[in-house]
Amino acid sequence: MNQPRLPSLSPRQVERLGFLGLALASTLTILPIFIIIAYILYQGFPAISWNFLTEMPSDGMRQGGIFPAIIGTFYLTLGTAVFSIPIGLGAAIYLSEYARDNAWTRLIRLTIINLAGIPSVVYGLFGMGLFVIFLKFGTSILSASLTLSIMTLPVIISTAEEALRSVPQSFRVVSISLGATRWQTIWKIVLPNALPGILTGVILGLGRAAGETAPILFTGAAFFLPHLPGSLFDATMALPYHLFVISTQVPGMPIQIQYGTVLVLLVFVINMNLIANAIRSRARAKRQW
Amino acid sequence: MEDKIIVEHLSLSYSDGTESLQDINLHIKENNITALIGPAGGGKSTFLRTLNRLNDLTDIKLISGKVLIDGENILDPRTDVIHLRQKVGIVFARPIPLPLSIYENVAYGLQMAGEKRKSALDEAVERALHQAQLWDEVHDRLSASAYAISGGQQQRLCLARVLALQPEIILLDEPTSALDPISTAKIENSLEILKSSYTILVAPHSTQQAGRIADDVAFFLQGELVEFLPATLMFTNPRDKRTQDYVQGRFG
Repeated sequence: MNQPRLPSLSPRQVERLGFLGLALASTLTILPIFIIIAYILYQGFPAISWNFLTEMPSDGMRQGGIFPAIIGTFYLTLGTAVFSIPIGLGAAIYLSEYARDNAWTRLIRLTIINLAGIPSVVYGLFGMGLFVIFLKFGTSILSASLTLSIMTLPVIISTAEEALRSVPQSFRVVSISLGATRWQTIWKIVLPNALPGILTGVILGLGRAAGETAPILFTGAAFFLPHLPGSLFDATMALPYHLFVISTQVPGMPIQIQYGTVLVLLVFVINMNLIANAIRSRARAKRQW
Repeated sequence: MEDKIIVEHLSLSYSDGTESLQDINLHIKENNITALIGPAGGGKSTFLRTLNRLNDLTDIKLISGKVLIDGENILDPRTDVIHLRQKVGIVFARPIPLPLSIYENVAYGLQMAGEKRKSALDEAVERALHQAQLWDEVHDRLSASAYAISGGQQQRLCLARVLALQPEIILLDEPTSALDPISTAKIENSLEILKSSYTILVAPHSTQQAGRIADDVAFFLQGELVEFLPATLMFTNPRDKRTQDYVQGRFG
């Protein structure tokens, strides 16, 4: 037995090492987020002022505010909500409540899963081809909202369907047994109880849409506009694209304005996620079944 | 007494091959309590759920024969199932209140049927809760959640919910299997009183319960109706050997 002796550890020591490794791994997942937020706050906060939030950009965007980008992102998010919520919710209700499990619905589900995996720039090109050129909507809020809607649909459909399915089947049976129609059952029992879950999914999906650059790049985002968009068929500035522009396309850009813009976008998106979280935990506390 | 339900050559099987019914023939009398006894999986639930077409929600592979209620074949595809379910109510094994208030649970069926007048709803809710012997316990908190009351109260609420629709037939699928003895006694007591104005079919959760409340007893075994007799005969002098073995507790 001439093998070199390895330093042997007791089972207890092995366990402690294991735990240490796991704790390290989980810390590493949250650490980048904290660093990013802290750094952006540090760099961007000095830029934030009432004027920065409410004024038009000036001096080739090197000065003034980012109001048109903020309002543009707001419009785009709203537009996405208008198109994606009814379609997404309708599809989710169909899949969860009406559709039978057959080849057709399996194909729909497979498509939804795959839609979620398509890179966002592909949505951008598709939106340009379909909405901007073929349907002649031009580079506009309408085209960009529709493109973002298609990208958001898989998130909304799958979270809404999950929320609908989490309502116990027995409630549906009871409701039907009391002479209610399927539609009444969905409207009176299933939807109200699935609503918090649906809202959570909708808001998370919209939050993601609000932060996307690629899908709006070819479909509705403007490099610079001296005025606010006046109709659905106008192009608009938007926070993510504005950020891209001032970071790469404008020489001599003050760093503070860049980080100020990042901060505004971040607060916008994080707020939406926090709202989603609040809805979910409130509903969970109130739920009786 | 009139025959309220006449079942002729009823056969049924599910796509997943679980429970089934084989050529059931049965005459159920009005204002009687008919108990369906037999081991689990014998077809009692399936039979009950056929009577108000609740089976439509599951995957039925085959259904044949006739079920006549007041002379009308309810298996006919043209049957108005909404109307049928208002006329034939069901109480399930576990109390399943809808996630609504006590009042809303009882008023639910009527509201879905289009009743909007507050006075009519109030009246129906109070009457149904009295009939289910629950009014005294909940009359001062009708707007509380139906989940705030005990399991036994919840099951009486489920009975009241059915009664509010003023059905003609009430089906109860092991209604007391999840309840304590006191709540069980209250439900049994309600049924005794209710049978003067309703036709009641119950799958009791024990043979003893069948003995306490039933007028007629049907013995189901593996999808087959083995024997259908008045309760007194069923427990003293059944003709079939399998019935004898079952009621005397030799299997099940």
